[in-house]
Amino acid sequence: MSRAPLEAFAAEVGGPDAGPVVAVGGRTDFDVGGAVAAEAREVRAPVGIVEHEPAEMTVRVRAGTTVADLDAALAPHRQCVALPDRPGATVGGVLAVGRSGLRRLGWGPVRDTVLEVRYVSADGTLVRGGGPTVKNVSGYDLPRLFVGSLGTLGIIAEVVLRTRPLPACEQWFSGAVDPFRLLHDLHRPASVLWDGTTTWVLLEGHPADVAAQARRAALVEVDGPPRYDRLPYRWSMRPTALATLAADGHGPFLAEIGVGVVHRAVAPPRPTVDPVVVELHRRVKQVFDPTGRLAPGRQVLP
Amino acid sequence: MRNSGEPAGAALAALVADLQSALGAGRVRAEPHELGLYAHDASIVEGGDAPVVCFPTSTAEVQACVRIARAHGRPFTPRGAGTGLAGGAVPLGGPVVIVTTKMNRICSIDPGERVAWVEPGVVNLDLTRALAPYGLHFAPDPSSQQACSIGGNVANNSGGPHCLAYGVTSAHVLALEVVLPDGSVAVLGGLDAEPPGYDLRGVFVGSEGTCGIATRIAVRLTPDPPAVRTLLVDFLSMDDAAECVSAIIAAGLVPAALEMMAGAMMDAVEAFVHAGYPTDAEAVLLVEIDGLPAFVDDAVDQVRRIASDHGARSVRVAADEAERQLLWKGRKSAFGAVSRIAPDYYLHDTVVPRTRLVEVLRRVDEIAAAHGLRVLNVFHAGDGNLHPLLSFDARQPGVLDAVHAAGEEIVLASLDAGGVLSGEHGIGIEKRDLMSRMFTADDLDAQARVHEVFDPDGVANPGKVLPAGSRCGELARVPHGLWV
Repeated sequence: MSRAPLEAFAAEVGGPDAGPVVAVGGRTDFDVGGAVAAEAREVRAPVGIVEHEPAEMTVRVRAGTTVADLDAALAPHRQCVALPDRPGATVGGVLAVGRSGLRRLGWGPVRDTVLEVRYVSADGTLVRGGGPTVKNVSGYDLPRLFVGSLGTLGIIAEVVLRTRPLPACEQWFSGAVDPFRLLHDLHRPASVLWDGTTTWVLLEGHPADVAAQARRAALVEVDGPPRYDRLPYRWSMRPTALATLAADGHGPFLAEIGVGVVHRAVAPPRPTVDPVVVELHRRVKQVFDPTGRLAPGRQVLP
Repeated sequence: MRNSGEPAGAALAALVADLQSALGAGRVRAEPHELGLYAHDASIVEGGDAPVVCFPTSTAEVQACVRIARAHGRPFTPRGAGTGLAGGAVPLGGPVVIVTTKMNRICSIDPGERVAWVEPGVVNLDLTRALAPYGLHFAPDPSSQQACSIGGNVANNSGGPHCLAYGVTSAHVLALEVVLPDGSVAVLGGLDAEPPGYDLRGVFVGSEGTCGIATRIAVRLTPDPPAVRTLLVDFLSMDDAAECVSAIIAAGLVPAALEMMAGAMMDAVEAFVHAGYPTDAEAVLLVEIDGLPAFVDDAVDQVRRIASDHGARSVRVAADEAERQLLWKGRKSAFGAVSRIAPDYYLHDTVVPRTRLVEVLRRVDEIAAAHGLRVLNVFHAGDGNLHPLLSFDARQPGVLDAVHAAGEEIVLASLDAGGVLSGEHGIGIEKRDLMSRMFTADDLDAQARVHEVFDPDGVANPGKVLPAGSRCGELARVPHGLWV
């Protein structure tokens, strides 16, 4: 496998002399963390699947590849990646933002999908962290540090991801049922959503199990989850706090039960962050990007 | 330093006195016959020296231990149950050893949220037992789970057979209360869906005590599966067994566990637990399928078919929970059973791509033979996590050198095959100096920067994980008592 595209990308990002830079993917979540300084030069990570060995259940992919293209290439092997696939979103972008999709309950958080990361550091060198195998104790966990770092510590160029088997069957259901009861009664549903009145559930697995679980819970088949374009804000709550949503006076919501992500029409309250943790963040940024050239202006803490 | 006579002795006495006034005399130990116990972990790594050992029972006491150590110019080394196999808890640099085993309370269990807050000294299996009434468990299940602590699991990002389907410790830790090397306390991560900022929780997990000490841990609890089936598949050829592993994974089954045990190991295990393992086989696979009933039935049929396509001699499905427990007892007792073969053993831990299991196992056999050592294999085949076990008699002159040399060659053979240094035991001292065989100077520099964020003065468990000089421009700090 040729390293040339990665090296060319590192040269394009350059070192401190090359001025401020920001990585751009599909711009699906480009505003997370706030506006980037206008003088930052935009760079795009290389594209393409480097290696997929179905029996390893791993794939090495360049960060500029879209999640949709990656899933399409994995589909003939009955595999996929546990990343949200909003139209145009790239692997690098989704990881840098770190936000999961509606299936997080079943798939787990985005951070658990990444095994190895190769990134271009602030001084323009290619750096590798983690390891390519599904178990990979390899020192400090750089892959997890980079997930959700919004491009402020380095620019993700290539990653090794775990793949998942495509379920034999997947089906959305809905009903006017208690979502918390449902979460308890179903075995590992892939998603449970609730708007205060209606509950939606995604079940995955063997068709007979999916049918039996839905029947027992008195759910009816629906085409998919509800649309929530009118709920652009994302609240991060504890799963147990979701029961009070309907009465909290902040208006309509779609809550991811068992996860704690809530989609709403109004912005979430600003969380308070412990000063000790703020100081750790300052030091992380300082050691990875001492001149502040990566995504200047973007804040990882609110 | 400590051998230079009276002044050093007086300094140590003052340190002990300060620790005793913070913790009480009973929970600070400095008698030579006891200290020897804390110079080692479960590995054969030598060179540790514990001048004083403390047993705090609260976050405030851990904080006091760290602050007192620093006030006396000493580093500190956290220690859990001491079951580590990479020397991670072996004290280097004359540290204050801070043992967390007396912090063993399960603070809260929230079955609705599926979260428990535990102290670091809680034993892994004790937590899972306490969760049984709720139909929940803690998924990481290292072979040492009867003894190892959750704090140790966090430090090493431990695994276990069931990590194949459920993921390693990091996937099961939501938040950590930690005492940082400067004595301050912070909570990393959180119970909400998307805690703001960098994933410092993720960095802390697996940092082997070099970023501070976890004093309370919020662990994610996993619902017990509605159906479980365990199969024992036996093969007359190791190659067939390994190919069967790849075929099961490629079929998209993702068993809850997929373990392999090779012939000689089976002899030892069978003599020890009488689980009915076929001792004339060259390899057996222990396959566990869990989930909803239709999936489990279908997956068991698929495993049977794949096994028979790959030349399996027989497939035994545990008829009931007692038989299933017996099969697992055989697997989990493997390392105890080895003591029947030779008095000492060195258990290795590397990972290779699943598709290269056979060739690496052959190479391991060759390496052991070249050093005149016996190798036994029992490992997590499903995720390519090898555990070659070199059995030996330490009384034999020169044998330890051969064991270390063979161990290093095994790690390098795994790296050559596209693998990594460790699957679940950690880097510790054992693999510290092999890090540069996997990573470039730039890679190690980045890791050293992460460490520097938490521990700028290098006082938290010094001499572990990264080789000296990893930070570009760093003056190599070589702690006293360095094992080489």
